[in-house]
Amino acid sequence: MDFFNFLKNNTVYLDGGMGTLLQKEGLLAGEHPEMWNITHPDVIRKTHMDYYNAGSNVVSTNTFGANILKFSEEELDEIVKAAIENANAARRGVKGENKFVALDIGPTGKLLKPLGDLDFEDAVAVFAETVKFGVKYGVDLIIIETMNDSYETKAALLAVKENSTLPVIVTNAYGADGKLMTGASPAAMVAMLEGMGADAIGANCSLGPKQLMGVAEELLRVASVPVVMKPNAGLPSVCDGKTVYDVDAEEFSVDIETLIDMGVRVVGGCCGTTPEYIKAVTEKTKKKSPKDIIDKEITFISSYTHAVTFGKAPVLIGERINPTGKKRLKQALIENDLDYILGEGVNQEEKGVHVLDVNVGLPDIDEPKMLCRVIDELQAVTDLPLQIDTSNTVAMERAMRRYNGKAMINSVNGKAESMESVFPLVAKYGGVVVALTLDERGIPDSAEERFLIAKRILREAEKYGIKKKDIIFDTLAMTISADINAARATLGALKLIREKLGCHTSLGVSNVSFGLPLRDAVNSTFFAMALENGLSAAIMNPHSQEMMRTYYSYNALSGNDENCASYIEAAETFGSIVNAASLTNEKKCTAEYSSELEKAIVKGFKEKAGEITSLMLSSRVALDIVNENIIPALNIVGKGFEEKRIYLPQLLMSAESAKSAFEVIKKHMAEKGSGAADKGRIVIATVKGDIHDIGKNIVKLLLENYGFSVIDMGKDVSPEDIVEKTVELKAPIVGLSALMTTTVPAMEDTIKLLRKEAPWCKIIVGGAVLTEEYAIRIGADKYASDAMEAVRYAEEICVQK
Amino acid sequence: MIANVAVKNYPQAPIDISEAIRYAGGGKSEEILLLANSCAEEINGKLRGSVCYVLLDVEIKEDVCDFGVFRVTSENLAKNLCGAEKVILFGATVGVEIDRLIAKYSKSSQTRAVMLAGLGAERIEALCDSFCADMEKELNVKLKPRFSPGYGDLDISMQREIFRVLDCPKRIGLCLTESMLMTPSKSVTAFVGII
Repeated sequence: MDFFNFLKNNTVYLDGGMGTLLQKEGLLAGEHPEMWNITHPDVIRKTHMDYYNAGSNVVSTNTFGANILKFSEEELDEIVKAAIENANAARRGVKGENKFVALDIGPTGKLLKPLGDLDFEDAVAVFAETVKFGVKYGVDLIIIETMNDSYETKAALLAVKENSTLPVIVTNAYGADGKLMTGASPAAMVAMLEGMGADAIGANCSLGPKQLMGVAEELLRVASVPVVMKPNAGLPSVCDGKTVYDVDAEEFSVDIETLIDMGVRVVGGCCGTTPEYIKAVTEKTKKKSPKDIIDKEITFISSYTHAVTFGKAPVLIGERINPTGKKRLKQALIENDLDYILGEGVNQEEKGVHVLDVNVGLPDIDEPKMLCRVIDELQAVTDLPLQIDTSNTVAMERAMRRYNGKAMINSVNGKAESMESVFPLVAKYGGVVVALTLDERGIPDSAEERFLIAKRILREAEKYGIKKKDIIFDTLAMTISADINAARATLGALKLIREKLGCHTSLGVSNVSFGLPLRDAVNSTFFAMALENGLSAAIMNPHSQEMMRTYYSYNALSGNDENCASYIEAAETFGSIVNAASLTNEKKCTAEYSSELEKAIVKGFKEKAGEITSLMLSSRVALDIVNENIIPALNIVGKGFEEKRIYLPQLLMSAESAKSAFEVIKKHMAEKGSGAADKGRIVIATVKGDIHDIGKNIVKLLLENYGFSVIDMGKDVSPEDIVEKTVELKAPIVGLSALMTTTVPAMEDTIKLLRKEAPWCKIIVGGAVLTEEYAIRIGADKYASDAMEAVRYAEEICVQK
Repeated sequence: MIANVAVKNYPQAPIDISEAIRYAGGGKSEEILLLANSCAEEINGKLRGSVCYVLLDVEIKEDVCDFGVFRVTSENLAKNLCGAEKVILFGATVGVEIDRLIAKYSKSSQTRAVMLAGLGAERIEALCDSFCADMEKELNVKLKPRFSPGYGDLDISMQREIFRVLDCPKRIGLCLTESMLMTPSKSVTAFVGII
């Protein structure tokens, strides 16, 4: 019987620990256990045989750390070959049926970007090498195990899927808090891994069976594939210099029996377990009949920390990262001003949305590149699941591939061409896809016709193996200013789909009021009507108080808000209207400050600074506000910092308040179509190999405050990229940051290349390990010990010009 | 034979706010205190403290320390460990969550990012203190001050050897980049002499 079929109808017994046994045989700390496949094949074979004899159906090859980061390609080839041969030899030496060999894949030992330095695609390539050797030498299945990061797990599973057709089991290492080290919950892992086609999903290592009961329960609650549990022999402690575990074989087998009764279908042991443990487990449980695997019919998406489920309370999808009708965002996209875009993401999260829509489609923009960049960077600042919103399927695929979780995809529609290009992507990468009820003939006027398109879309999706639960229908909200029956058709189709197909639905609510005054009133009423007709999710503007009020009221009214607690909490923020008079009343401020805005900036009242500026713009010219209020305030603080009267956190609070004032002015000018004047362009970056960017970010903030246009290239930037950008912009100043002695050479290389390719530019350097003398030695023009010093120098240079 | 590498996990110790502010650059105003407290509240319960460690014998001859598993030439380390026959070699981390928060606020509030970085520094130092106090009690010994790669003349490239012996990625999820930076960033590796 092949493994697929065996898994379908049986409880599968995996093996137990390997590392602990090898240590007993003399494996030293710091020695690679994988080498023992070659140096001690007899020990490895005996261990495998002992597990088979104890009742294991599957033994995992001794290849946990076998990857091209640790070994050369030739070594890796040899190791995987020997490891598989050792397992096969063991299998030949034992009696009995249904004995399988699994290629074992553990983590790379590197943290992926943005937390670490390994790129996602590089991780996929690392795993792919090991998988290819596994396939070459022949195994029955692949086990990806002990992964403590969801992104790395995705890379490994993708490598398996792209290089083999073998069954694949994926298990993660959950901590005592029931989450992976990088934060993913069991439901988030199930959402992502099921979507990508894992055949069984579960947990291994880190804890004993008792501590993993909660994780097992959660996995069983949401998973529609067999659940795997491979715990440690309890918790470790050190005794006479040796690690001992607190659960013996008998107790372990009792716990595993409990897990099997709960519905776990694949069991084994990890650290501290031995053939004795597996024997106890198989003897105790082999007569039990396995529980059936039931499709849970849960519609969920996930981020790298949590899953968002459709069907209970309405899901709010923030619409603000979409350039349609938003001049400031368009400008940000054209200028590559990622911080503005990311700020939009963080702000919407603060308003309480559950998902962020991400659309960066503009003519003249490299959409695949921009979308991937925004998706990458958004995931560094928010843990909300994302909705990849694009009609460009190249951009869609790249973003789905890099997304760390199970994404929402916007969108597919009833056109054959659309389904042919989008469905294969959903089948490969997983995702919940929004399907628009339109086809080659356009958007039907009637609800019934839209419903028929929905049915056709479902049938087509099934051909790709995409289940009903992974499709959410959008019955298309159109403006009632063009057709007074538009909303009724949309709501009618919504109701039909929800009730007759049992599918979830989503709407871009704001479209309904296009062309009307006071749009929020129409939108929020329509939102309430749609919810009552079965709407599961809405793409909406969370900054609209009316929409948020409707959302909280609806939840309370529909019985989804216990004790109206969320409503009451949210109500505190409703209706806070800024008192215009109190903000601009110049008399109110003390003699210390020349204006309320100056006071707000010096004191570091960020929100107030923005609010005051926006009121001031109604009566004064933008440039005057900058020169007469903002700059004097900055000078007060800057001078205080230089004279050591105020400290860094205070300086930053003021700088941010000034930034918030500037942001209001920038928006005002973008709307009027005039660009802001700037003192000069400055390219700044943290050099290659360095991933610290706090210092660089502080310098950037201050430079922007003083009117420079800063092009922030981020961290870990190669000399070539920095030079290319400097030449492209003919930037007069470049700022470089390095924090470690190990990354200063990269700074020196960058300076050398800049001198050659951009001889005009002045170079400022900074960072913890640098000194004036060191800076001069590596060829910099200026060492700035703090941000203000960088600002003063930049002003000096630009005045000279 | 070398003793096994072991792992200890620690719940969050109380936060020393003034210490965190000091790491963040200082300041005594009411606003700074408010900010620091609100950041402390935000990280509350979100950080993990994990340490992996091994006990090693050490033989010191002039500026060479021989730990059995590797040898190090460093005058400063030799001086630091002077008189010790055994050392604890450990890796410690408070996890990725603090890095996530710093990254998040670096896009929306630099002040908060800096304060969180200060808190992170305070947290990892507090974790190392807890671990060392714990070991003093457990082994009933006195420990010398911690000494880490990058201090004095102890080369940072030493990290590779330390990571090889402790296997930090597998044990506590602490990784090393090509340029010898530790990720998560709020992490420490160190030698501690036992007397």
